[in-house]
Amino acid sequence: MYSADQLDASSFVEGVDRVFYIILGFSFIFLIVITVLIIVFMIKYRKSKHPKAVQIEGNTRLEIAWTIAAVILVLALFFIGWAGYKPMRNIPDDAMKITAMARMWQFNFMYENGKVTDSLVVPVGQAVELDLIALDVIHSLYIPAFRVKEDMVPGIEKNMWFRAQREGGYDIFCAEYCGLEHSFMNARVRVLSDSAFQSWYVDTTRVEISKDMLPWQAGYEILRKNGCVACHTSDGSKLVGPSYRGIYGHMAEVETGGQSREVIVDSLYIRNSIFNPNDDIVNGYNKGLMLSYEGLVSDEEIGLIIEYLRHISQ
Amino acid sequence: MTTDNTARAEPSFFEYKKHKGILAWILSTDHKRIGLLYLYSIMTFFIVGAILGLLMKLELIAPGKTIMEAKTYNGVFTLHGIIMIFLIVIPGLPAVFGNFMLPILIGAKDVAFPRLNLLSWYIYIFGAIVVLMSQFMSGGPPDTGWTFYAPYSFKTTTNMLPAVLGAFILGFSSILTGLNFIVTIHRMRAPGMTWLKMPLFPWALYGTAWIQLLATPIIGITLLMTVGERLFNIGFFDPALGGDPILYQHLFWIYSHPAVYVMILPAMGVISEILPTFAQKTIFGYKAIIFSTIAIAFVGYFVWGHHMFTSGMSGTALYVFSILTFLVAIPSGIKVFNWVSTIYKGSINLKTPFYWAVSFIFVFMIGGLTGLVLGALATNVHVHDTHFVVAHFHFIVFGGVGFAFMGAIHYWFPKMYGRMYDETWANMGWLIFFIGFLTLYLPMFYLGIAGMPRRYFDYLPQFHGGNIISSFGAIIMITGLLIIITNLVRSARMGPISTERNPWNGKTLEWTVESPPSLENFEEIPVIEKGPYEYE
Ligand code: HEC
Ligand SMILES: [Cu+2]
Repeated sequence: MYSADQLDASSFVEGVDRVFYIILGFSFIFLIVITVLIIVFMIKYRKSKHPKAVQIEGNTRLEIAWTIAAVILVLALFFIGWAGYKPMRNIPDDAMKITAMARMWQFNFMYENGKVTDSLVVPVGQAVELDLIALDVIHSLYIPAFRVKEDMVPGIEKNMWFRAQREGGYDIFCAEYCGLEHSFMNARVRVLSDSAFQSWYVDTTRVEISKDMLPWQAGYEILRKNGCVACHTSDGSKLVGPSYRGIYGHMAEVETGGQSREVIVDSLYIRNSIFNPNDDIVNGYNKGLMLSYEGLVSDEEIGLIIEYLRHISQ
Repeated sequence: MTTDNTARAEPSFFEYKKHKGILAWILSTDHKRIGLLYLYSIMTFFIVGAILGLLMKLELIAPGKTIMEAKTYNGVFTLHGIIMIFLIVIPGLPAVFGNFMLPILIGAKDVAFPRLNLLSWYIYIFGAIVVLMSQFMSGGPPDTGWTFYAPYSFKTTTNMLPAVLGAFILGFSSILTGLNFIVTIHRMRAPGMTWLKMPLFPWALYGTAWIQLLATPIIGITLLMTVGERLFNIGFFDPALGGDPILYQHLFWIYSHPAVYVMILPAMGVISEILPTFAQKTIFGYKAIIFSTIAIAFVGYFVWGHHMFTSGMSGTALYVFSILTFLVAIPSGIKVFNWVSTIYKGSINLKTPFYWAVSFIFVFMIGGLTGLVLGALATNVHVHDTHFVVAHFHFIVFGGVGFAFMGAIHYWFPKMYGRMYDETWANMGWLIFFIGFLTLYLPMFYLGIAGMPRRYFDYLPQFHGGNIISSFGAIIMITGLLIIITNLVRSARMGPISTERNPWNGKTLEWTVESPPSLENFEEIPVIEKGPYEYE
């Protein structure tokens, strides 16, 4: 159903596509037969050719026959649909567990060894179980090439699984509408060979920063990887949150526990804004949109972020 | 809209004015005037909704920002959905043609509660105003989608409250119309019109009315809970307050799925009226059609879960909802067989309403068959919440209701206005619209299968091709629509006079009364002896 080079991307593709072909094949035949009949009748029985209609009130036999045929057909289609779906619910015991976390408008993937990434990296041939967590609103993790999709519902523990069968990169989309940047909420799955995966896995630096980056450049890389740029711009324009431009060192008007006050945006304030965003709400913005990044961003990384904010505020 | 009434015993209902000017309309309890009030309001909203749709398609003609920002786009698809669903297709056929034709079709002078009927229209307009107010208040247009899913609808800072309240108010209009029709059909059929001598459009309205009456209160209470949650922080649905967002989805679809049948049943009824008339032949399997109407109305209550296959229901629930979804396809399939058999060996008068009716069958089949893809669990998972679903329900809701609506208006036009439209323009409008419709929506099936999610302001390059074709189709379709509407509006005011009672040689009662009907429809209430479509 997708593009030909991905036909065996996951172990579900074959089963699901078979159901597609059967139902669509049946549909085409049905559609064509009925349409041809209609057109033939329109031509053959048009008034000028067939001035007197033949009155037929019904035909009990025929009607019973097509009702029974329809019942059998739909039950058969139901059954193959069910059979194709069943494996998606049976998670193998040896599945590798990864936590998939969604927030407006970013996916994060957390591995058992503490590694956190913004793209899903999995070994080929290995069953992978995703434990789904949504932090703010409903999202839906959809990997078209794998034929899997499951909603991520805040407050409800859910999971899904798949087995990637072919090395390569595939799209992940958020399929449930989740607000302003819903259509930008996508990520990639990278399917690696076993050995490539192992060497990737043991390296637990969170954001890959190359040696020749300046600290502020690394800071930007961290903002990008964590999806901060979905809500904050660097050019001074307002998005969901305030722009980063000019914020470092300026006086911000905020609301703290219902009281208005002015604070200077310094390292401490920024650190707290990232870990406890709802402590101080910048005037003109809404509470509850930015969620805490505690555990996702390290102190060291915050240092680099501050370097970046400083850099563009000069 | 004055008509030649030289040969008439009674003046047409247009002539009968208790009040002057617009008051003659908005204070009249005549079911025909109310039907037309609905027609004009619905047409106005429809033009707005269609323009919004066109704007979306233009935005999607290329990836990235084309003509509007993401925020605007999200507002536009929300308003498009709310207008099209709550203001157009749900009231749609019952409110316009049900009001105008139901009493005439069953040989009555009016509906059972004429004043309640007018009240329904006022509630409808009030609800519409509240919905539209959401666009102009300070928080900005709502951006939740017409489904108002929790908890996003609680997080957004836009005006979702007026939109929800508006939908709540519109529900009452729907309930009252349903109630009115049920009583009318039970109590006011002409002498001799037994249940099995009643035409099929009234039958469809009857099934519909029960759904309106029984299902609408559920959305009412749900929307009210949403308001309570938003205003008083009662935790029904928002997990942050201890609520359950899946509960919202259940409650929402328990109504909104049967609502699909509120839309489609009357459309099927219209088709069952048009085909016999233009085939000059009795309907094939009258009882089977009635039975399938009732079956759809009944089973339709129990399939809402198929909107939620990926939201995390238990295996048993999935199984049951999937199987019921497949079962509800059977009566629809049977109707298609009956319609096709009806034109078999007919004497087919190839006129505009007939073209609409057969193209209805075609688009309805595509809508129904792709419904099987969505009903099957394995394939549902892949295409749920993608453009495939958008294409599917536009085929059913817009293809189904829209084509039937167009068929109905061209069918009953001479009866309603005593004038005829220009047939060449009408046919040309139909053809362009039909081609545009297919070009617009067919590529969306492909896009969905290829993995493009719905409610997408922007998309990856691999989805560009399908979107270009689709946007192009939108332009063609809107051109067709403009031709159709211009032709109808122009003809209603200055088309050739057609006061003939029965221009199509139909057999149902509306063709025995004058065109346009007089205030009380019948000079004398008819006594019914034959079935509704007996041509012998
Ligand atoms: C869902 C949108 C969203 C995301 C994602 C987001 N923020 Fe925010 N952020 C906001 C909003 C809204 C505010 C203003 C309200 C407040 O102060 O809590 C804000 C405020 C801030 C502030 C305080 C700004 C000031 O002018 O005082 C900082 C610093 C900040 N965010 C940093 C970050 C960083 C770093 C990230 C990524 C790790 C991030 N944000 C991700 C929405 C977001
Ligand atoms: Cu999302």
